[in-house]
Amino acid sequence: MINSSSDNVKKLNSINRRMFITGSVKFFIMIGLVSRLFFLQVKENKKYLTLSDKNRIREWKLAPVRGEFHDYFGNVIAGNFEAYQLHIIPEQVEDFRYVIYRIKDLLELSDKEFKRIIKKKNEIKSWETLIVSDNLSWKKFSKINNHLYDLNGVKPVISISRNYPFGSNFTHVIGYVSQANEQDIENNEAIKKNFVPGLKIGKVGLEKSFEKQLIGSNDIERYEVNAYGRRISQLEFQKGEKGKSLRLTVDTKVQQLSNELLKDQAGSICVMDIYTGEVIAMHSSPSFDPNLFVFGISQDDWQIIRNDPMKPLVNKTLQGNYSPGSTIKPIVALSALENGIINTNFTVNCRGHKHPLELYGQTYHCWKKQGHGFMNLRNAMKQSCDTYFYEIARKLGVDRLSETAKKFGLGKEVFGNLFNIEKKGLIPSTQWKKNALGQSWVLGETLITGIGQGYIQTTPIQLCLMTAQIANGGYKIYPKIVMDDENKVSPIDKFTPLYKNSKNIKIVQDAMFASTNEVRGTSYRSRIDDPKYQFAGKTGTAQVKKITERDRELDLKTFQIPYEERDHALYIAYGPYKNPRYAVSILVEHGGNGSTTAAPMAKKLFKTIIDRHQLRESINNKKYLDI
Amino acid sequence: MYQHNRLTTNNFNFFSKLANFDYVLMACILLLGAISLATMYSTDGGKILFHTKSHFTKLIVFTIMMLIFSFINIKFWFSIGYFFYIIIIGLLIWTYLFGIKSSGSQRWIDLYFINLQPSELMKICIILCLAKYFHRMKLENVNSLYAILSSLIIILLPMGLVIVQPDLGTSLLISISGLAVLWFAGINHKYFIYTMIGFLISLPFIISFLKPYQKLRVLTFLNPDRDPLGAGYQIIQSKIAVGSGGIFGKGFLKGTQSYLEFLPEKHTDFIFTLFSEEFGFIGSVFLLLIYAIIIYRIVAIGAQSRSYFAKLFCYSFAASIFVYITINMSMVLGLLPIVGSPLPIMSYGGSSMLATMIGFGIVMSAKVHNQQSIA
Repeated sequence: MINSSSDNVKKLNSINRRMFITGSVKFFIMIGLVSRLFFLQVKENKKYLTLSDKNRIREWKLAPVRGEFHDYFGNVIAGNFEAYQLHIIPEQVEDFRYVIYRIKDLLELSDKEFKRIIKKKNEIKSWETLIVSDNLSWKKFSKINNHLYDLNGVKPVISISRNYPFGSNFTHVIGYVSQANEQDIENNEAIKKNFVPGLKIGKVGLEKSFEKQLIGSNDIERYEVNAYGRRISQLEFQKGEKGKSLRLTVDTKVQQLSNELLKDQAGSICVMDIYTGEVIAMHSSPSFDPNLFVFGISQDDWQIIRNDPMKPLVNKTLQGNYSPGSTIKPIVALSALENGIINTNFTVNCRGHKHPLELYGQTYHCWKKQGHGFMNLRNAMKQSCDTYFYEIARKLGVDRLSETAKKFGLGKEVFGNLFNIEKKGLIPSTQWKKNALGQSWVLGETLITGIGQGYIQTTPIQLCLMTAQIANGGYKIYPKIVMDDENKVSPIDKFTPLYKNSKNIKIVQDAMFASTNEVRGTSYRSRIDDPKYQFAGKTGTAQVKKITERDRELDLKTFQIPYEERDHALYIAYGPYKNPRYAVSILVEHGGNGSTTAAPMAKKLFKTIIDRHQLRESINNKKYLDI
Repeated sequence: MYQHNRLTTNNFNFFSKLANFDYVLMACILLLGAISLATMYSTDGGKILFHTKSHFTKLIVFTIMMLIFSFINIKFWFSIGYFFYIIIIGLLIWTYLFGIKSSGSQRWIDLYFINLQPSELMKICIILCLAKYFHRMKLENVNSLYAILSSLIIILLPMGLVIVQPDLGTSLLISISGLAVLWFAGINHKYFIYTMIGFLISLPFIISFLKPYQKLRVLTFLNPDRDPLGAGYQIIQSKIAVGSGGIFGKGFLKGTQSYLEFLPEKHTDFIFTLFSEEFGFIGSVFLLLIYAIIIYRIVAIGAQSRSYFAKLFCYSFAASIFVYITINMSMVLGLLPIVGSPLPIMSYGGSSMLATMIGFGIVMSAKVHNQQSIA
């Protein structure tokens, strides 16, 4: 008994000692837990609160409303329209199979489209929006609306999308929009910032160049979401801003006329204000309908556009490098006068194909078989005598010629970096040839450069600028197509004289007048006698291949030559002659002869342009009156 | 004296038992029950749904059961110690053979009216069994090879049966409960230190024997950000929930982490996270305080108990409860790797609550019969 009780005491001592140890350990562990809680909940609270918000709050961006393009008179040429779309949220649909087949019937979807929709449905989560159709016709849209009673979960939606009301007329000026791809997002900060799936961005033309201003900013919706991404409630809606609208210098009527004139032909027409540099029209033909691209172009349409031999995708006004042909002659003449090589009385005898100009064994023919006889400057321009220009080019030399040509805007981009597709053209010089081809310049090449053949290449817009600067009396202008372009710094050398002696410009202008308005002038048949519309111009016919002796013997008519080998027809002009205001350049690819194909177009153009001049002025005056 | 005591204890009537009742402990348990019910209501998204209803029913039934248990003489609990153990071992074998499979483990047996998880009951049963085993043993015999070996067998047998389910967490908790009894019974502290050292040394080998998902848990614990949406998801979201609670919490039913379903296992192992998110640091400390009072009261009851068995049981039970709470909280606070261990009473789960309530019942019985000695 005593033994056992002493053992009991020992046992009790042991257990109590151990309980004391355990109790202390528990106490410290408790303190540990509390301090951990303190650390997480008090000290690091901000961090975890942010993380928790990041968890539960998700932003949805909606596509911003794109800024519009207006023409000079405020007509919308690239606007927004309400696209009728059909959305389905699959989880809100009781019987998806039934509904989707019903829709298939109602919209008359093809099996291919239907399969695409089913595939898309399987890729998204059940509470995400399935876009069944992104651009329904009003008829189909109202049909769906009429059947909504048995289409549970189907949502007809009106969304804003791009629309080009003038179709193909402005494609080569403003370009088009289409869905942004990864590269677009990568390269453009504004697109990256505003990107939402399905965002449409400018792919070419001004739509692309002015992306930053046009794109606007997203509407932002903030939602509380659960762990699976399902939206629980809307917390905030932040209205975005519509993109900035841009007013262009272009006159829709003139642009449309250009499109009509070049119908079924490949070519380009540019019209420019010779004082302000405003581009009144700038068309490249054939064009295509930019509306096709907005919702993604169909394979068939794309193939048609891509495989067209007239190359609608090429902007001939800006990208087309063409030999200027005889349209370079005003510059050659001007250069010769400026450099004192010739005076107005300088005469050359053009003796026709039997006695061509010979140089180091090479022969240089004038276009006229019989020859022009004795030619002075005015007559040579008027009748476009090649022999005369061979001679003055030879005397002038290519370097002095290229200096003048460059001064007048050839050989460099007219719009600077506004259009990234614009080509520079090429104004050759001895130095250029040495650098580019590693060969010495040959005198014969100077001769053909004098008639705008050989290495020399210009774009139609350059020719237009050149003409404008001759027409305005030889003063530098900067062409523009966007009014109030905030990016553009106004150049300091605007209206600086490009001539040494203004008399020389007058001489060239007079010669161009003769070419159009006097008998034997190459474009005499396209003249307008009414001084109100009277214009002065210069034709050009650019060879696309070297004329062989055989060709010369055959002397075929244009329609007898295969299309690809026909000459390009060119025409540059300005008017009205008495008080000039507008310059025009016309190019018809493989159009044959400048005087028969291109010049008649100028006649129609000038009628319209000058008729609309008053209207154009009144818009400007009105603007000031409003203020 | 011995005889006299025995006589008086036998004459306990209902009212003297009632007077002896530990009202502080009872109040804490009821308060804890109420908190757990409110939290469960919150996990159901502020509606009375399945979990809330079920938890409520269990709480009522098991609390009544606990009250009944507390009026049963502590001698009875002493007498059924081995029997209870054998029954549970039998159930564990039954589980191994015919248990219900769910999500890759076989832990439950179907009792037609309830699905029972015998491993949870083993947590309390092993304390009862070992307490009985050491009750009559002399202190010098406690450290004998025979005593140590047989008590180790008592611990390892259910451990093995639970590991094969597989359920590493519960099996560890069973062993901790068992070791707690050994510790209080007076087994030489050197053995504990050696075992600890041996365990630490063999830890890398143990890890290499772990199942891939268990290894992943350890790796994830060491660096939760290595797979934030996969293995690390639970612990990251849990820490976010607790941390974003702040001092005062987001408010009842306003825990965004749980309401928006970012929290995993929010009914069971991670219930503290939800509570902590909604009631903040103050609420969490309050909850810890309630647990601390409960544990303190259990220890106090043990200290007041006349019988060595009751002492041993109360101390070990208090230590086990403490370990469960510590492991569960350390896990959700990112201090330990994720092991399945419920928070007593708070977590949803009948078997766990049943085991805890049986424990409370026996403790309460020890209090009511604290003058009772056991021969």
